Amino acid sequence: MGKTIAEKIFESHRVNSPDGQVEVLRLDRVFCHEITTPIAITDLMDRGMDRVFDPDKIKAVIDHVTPAKDSKTALQGKILRDWARRHGIRDFFDIGQNGVCHALFPEKGFVRPGFTVIMGDSHTCTHGAFGAFAAGVGTTDLEVGILKGVCAFRRPATIRIEITGTLKPGVAAKDVILSIIGRIGVNGATDHVIEFTGPVVKAMTMEERMTLCNMAIEAGGTSGICAPDETTVAFLWPFIKEEYNSPGAALAEYRRWCADEDAVYAREITHDVSDLTPQATFGFKPDQVKAVAEMAGTPVDQVYIGSCTNGRIEDLRAAAAVLKGKTVSPAVRAILAPATPEVYRQALKEGLIDTFLDAGFCVTNPTCGACLGMSNGVLADGEVCASTTNRNFKGRMGKGGTVHLMSPASAAATAVAGTISTLFREAE
Amino acid sequence: MKDFNGKVLFLDRSDINTDEIIPARYLTEVTKEALKPYLLEDLELPGFVPSRDIQEKKAVISRSNFGCGSSREHAPWAFEVNGINVVIAENFARIFRQNMFNCGMLAVELSREEIEGIFTDFAGEETSLSVDFEQRRLYLESKGKKAVYPFSLTGFDADLITAGGWVAYADINY
Repeated sequence: MGKTIAEKIFESHRVNSPDGQVEVLRLDRVFCHEITTPIAITDLMDRGMDRVFDPDKIKAVIDHVTPAKDSKTALQGKILRDWARRHGIRDFFDIGQNGVCHALFPEKGFVRPGFTVIMGDSHTCTHGAFGAFAAGVGTTDLEVGILKGVCAFRRPATIRIEITGTLKPGVAAKDVILSIIGRIGVNGATDHVIEFTGPVVKAMTMEERMTLCNMAIEAGGTSGICAPDETTVAFLWPFIKEEYNSPGAALAEYRRWCADEDAVYAREITHDVSDLTPQATFGFKPDQVKAVAEMAGTPVDQVYIGSCTNGRIEDLRAAAAVLKGKTVSPAVRAILAPATPEVYRQALKEGLIDTFLDAGFCVTNPTCGACLGMSNGVLADGEVCASTTNRNFKGRMGKGGTVHLMSPASAAATAVAGTISTLFREAE
Repeated sequence: MKDFNGKVLFLDRSDINTDEIIPARYLTEVTKEALKPYLLEDLELPGFVPSRDIQEKKAVISRSNFGCGSSREHAPWAFEVNGINVVIAENFARIFRQNMFNCGMLAVELSREEIEGIFTDFAGEETSLSVDFEQRRLYLESKGKKAVYPFSLTGFDADLITAGGWVAYADINY
């Protein structure tokens, strides 16, 4: 019987299966940030077990609140910083080098096809874009990962979502994933891995695949996964060129992680996107999705472009293309947080930052901040934000605030109009 | 093993998320105890007043997809430091459920019909839960009403409860 990608990764990383249902896996990567790791560190210290399984497989970043906004967030950063130094964790990213974890770590080439990755962050599923099994976990799983290099998962069933058709110009990966979540629901993939496949995925860049996999968790998915292909290898090539004679040789090796043709799926869904238009959320759950056009005219107080979902260079390009020569509505506060220093630098080089500044955007340093209402763009009670982030829970970006999730292009159009808007027009 | 017995808090809605259980603005704390005053602070349910209704409760009963959203273990911790070590629901978000067992806490899944029946028969009444872990049975009791519900756990989840959580279990086994 054939195997899915997740089944192949589980089989190759299995340490044991304590009860026949749960599999304990060997970890290739344990990623850490300053919100969920400090309590793991202090607990290990309290237990007299302040050790790490492998400092080279642990990568850490201060990203959620940076620079620190108060004494408490400064302490969180300090606990992580001191720990990274104490244990010789070389890949630790602090002020000046830090960015949103799920944008920064892929940029550094830390994830490879077939890897097992955990992090104390639900959007860790992003890294499945590289053909890895990458799952968000809590602090205790993280703590054991740091200490022992293992993590337990129930044997994953996989949902295969074949994305077919051709995307219209102006319709983005964000619109695709919002439409999928709207279709299968916030509980639609709980305890399942989602394999994204089909011609639309094949044609996507790595950045678009990351946007797709990033929101698998919003349907309850353990990990989103895209099979490794030429696009994956091209992205990783600067990091793997010493290991392989040619990109073709790397691809030949990586292909062993692709699903078998006779793999067995818990569910198979065909999702045609030929008629898809820009999407946005309404309400307070990520599966409450409809066409931007249906929500046109809804006033917003703030527009936020950034996050692990849509803070990468292609996202900034898409937004800047809409903003070029235009200005933000006086009714709107517009904020751009490039996801990493490299994204920021590239955007500067391309003149995108000028476009954002000319339009009236505030450009912040790379940080998660506003996405979860921690810093750099928190909403007041009753305010509304059009956001390129991933969660529209009530109060997510500030108590009493409302969030409408959408693509960078839609967010930019909304910033200009002052109400939910898109430049997308159906062809005549 | 933690204590799983006592008064029940009913939360009558599906998809209660981790931001509602403990908002991100409190994730800057570096001790679990500091989360105590903020449990369910942002949860808006008709008639629900967190500061009043959480007091003396030892268990939560809710509906489907409980604990969806963030991976924050602050959600089970916020229950734990308030003396609530068990959540009963139709089903859970994966990370929340795993976090519960990893802390030696109990996340019990009952059928939709059973949960519906519990809300019909017990919600709105002062209800007590007692858990027979060995026999895998839940007992609910309110004035004049009693019910028993068998439940199941995977062998691994049961071992985490017995061991007092995943760190202790992993330290012995890996």
